[in-house]
Amino acid sequence: MNLRLLERADFKVIAGWIRPGARILDLGCGDGTLLRYLAEQRNTSGYGVEIEDERMLACIRAGVNVIQGNLDRGLSDFADGSFDYVILSQTLQAVKSSERVVREMLRVGREGIVTFPNFGYWRNRVQVLRGRMPVSHDLPYEWFNTPNIHLCTTTDFEAFCADHDVRILERIVMTGDNVVSFLPNLLGNLAVYRFARAR
Amino acid sequence: MDTVSDKVSVGVVTPLRAHFDQPLTLRSGAVLDAYDLVYETYGTLNAARSNAVLVCHALSGSHHVAGRYASEPETVGWWDNIVGPGKPLDTERFFIVGVNNLGGCHGSTGPSSPNAATGKPWGADFPVVTVIDWVHAQARLADRLGIDRWAAVIGGSLGGMQALRWTITYPQRIRNAIVIAAAPKLSAQNIAFNDVARQAILTDPDFHGGHYYEHGVVPTRGLRLARMLGHITYLSDDVMASKFGRMLREGNLKFGFDVEFEIESYLRHQGDKFAGYFDANTYLLMTKALDYFDPAREKDGNLSATMGLAEARFLIISFTTDWRFAPERSREIVSALLDNHLDVSYAEIDCPHGHDSFLMEDPHYHGIIRGYMENIKP
Repeated sequence: MNLRLLERADFKVIAGWIRPGARILDLGCGDGTLLRYLAEQRNTSGYGVEIEDERMLACIRAGVNVIQGNLDRGLSDFADGSFDYVILSQTLQAVKSSERVVREMLRVGREGIVTFPNFGYWRNRVQVLRGRMPVSHDLPYEWFNTPNIHLCTTTDFEAFCADHDVRILERIVMTGDNVVSFLPNLLGNLAVYRFARAR
Repeated sequence: MDTVSDKVSVGVVTPLRAHFDQPLTLRSGAVLDAYDLVYETYGTLNAARSNAVLVCHALSGSHHVAGRYASEPETVGWWDNIVGPGKPLDTERFFIVGVNNLGGCHGSTGPSSPNAATGKPWGADFPVVTVIDWVHAQARLADRLGIDRWAAVIGGSLGGMQALRWTITYPQRIRNAIVIAAAPKLSAQNIAFNDVARQAILTDPDFHGGHYYEHGVVPTRGLRLARMLGHITYLSDDVMASKFGRMLREGNLKFGFDVEFEIESYLRHQGDKFAGYFDANTYLLMTKALDYFDPAREKDGNLSATMGLAEARFLIISFTTDWRFAPERSREIVSALLDNHLDVSYAEIDCPHGHDSFLMEDPHYHGIIRGYMENIKP
């Protein structure tokens, strides 16, 4: 398996949550590493959605089913309830309408899984206190070239879920490979959530 | 240069001919008692006969997909840029088959072939052939070649429709379908363009009700107009603008009706070239096959139910500047495949050449097909 996986601690958490044999839709699937990992670890099937030419070509080369498309235009090619899980890993912060994407995730999937860089992480807060937008390993862009237009904290995301009839089923906040349970919104740099419709 | 291009070409090829005596009942109900199919093959069929790839041609294509003829070295196959040793359709791994469809004018039985009943060319009496008829005929050729199951069937435009039809009609005989710049059926606008093209041919005084062969004439004016119209729909507005714009041939306005703008010159040249070798009756038949293509019709228009018959893996490709069969039309196919949980990948290629893009050597486009083919076990 790809060594780059070791850098994606959220993939292990996701694999731990997913039922064997599940049908997966991975939004913003990149080069298809997660889908391949899940197929290998959990015998899953499904598709990735990717907008970027080079990444979708990487999926094709890897034999991963990939649909080229723009998440901001919705998921109209996908029928209601056609997946067990819809995954959005480290992409929520980069779509134009995060609200619409989460709604679409729960239309086409029974459960959603998102991971995002926690803007509330103390190192980010320190940089903001110093008067600068944070630049770090997890947020490697400058303010003027970042694709991350909707950054949020774990507290923000949980408030969003409460306001949008989204029920959080599980949450893991991490720093590197370690799970952070004490003051997660301050001490964790990566948030992973599993959720479903509240009603 | 020649030695370099020969390295990536299949080189000199020779067309083959297969005769079929078993009558073929067409979708229209008409029966073709016997017929010939002309075809070419590139590469070597492996011992398991599992590495065969069928390339289906579009409206004006033929069995001459790649390589060149010893007698006419300038006539390079229509998809030579993708078929050959080390190319995306790699003849070192796959056994590639190109076949001229029934009703064609490149050697397979068609309107210009002699009708056994009369001894004269079929002309207008040649039955209307549809995509499913072609697929049945191709299946018989596969039988003849000992190919139970294609590793892949690939085609662009009308060729893509044949690949799609294969997955529905012979689901167990196709492992992969590569459907490029196609649509699950034609729109009213598509049919309208085809009908204007047909009207141009049908109203040409030299058409003689389709029996022009006996009169020793060819309805070149109609065929030329039909091709000019077709060409407009193959190109994008952008590529026409960048290639021709409002450029004048002689730099100044003539205030007449002769060729002035470069685009006029280009279209007339394309029309003349085409009318010089293509058969008008074949053109009529090909456009009809396009118009009639609608596999979902058998399932009350439900494309998802239709694609439920398929078992193949799919690669669907569209081009952003193609307005003849726009990306939305390919996505209709994708959506129907997703509904059935079939393996499918979809690429929307940003290429400026409109519908014609499927014939172009775009690195990303060819990369996608190469990447997909590399995952097919021969």
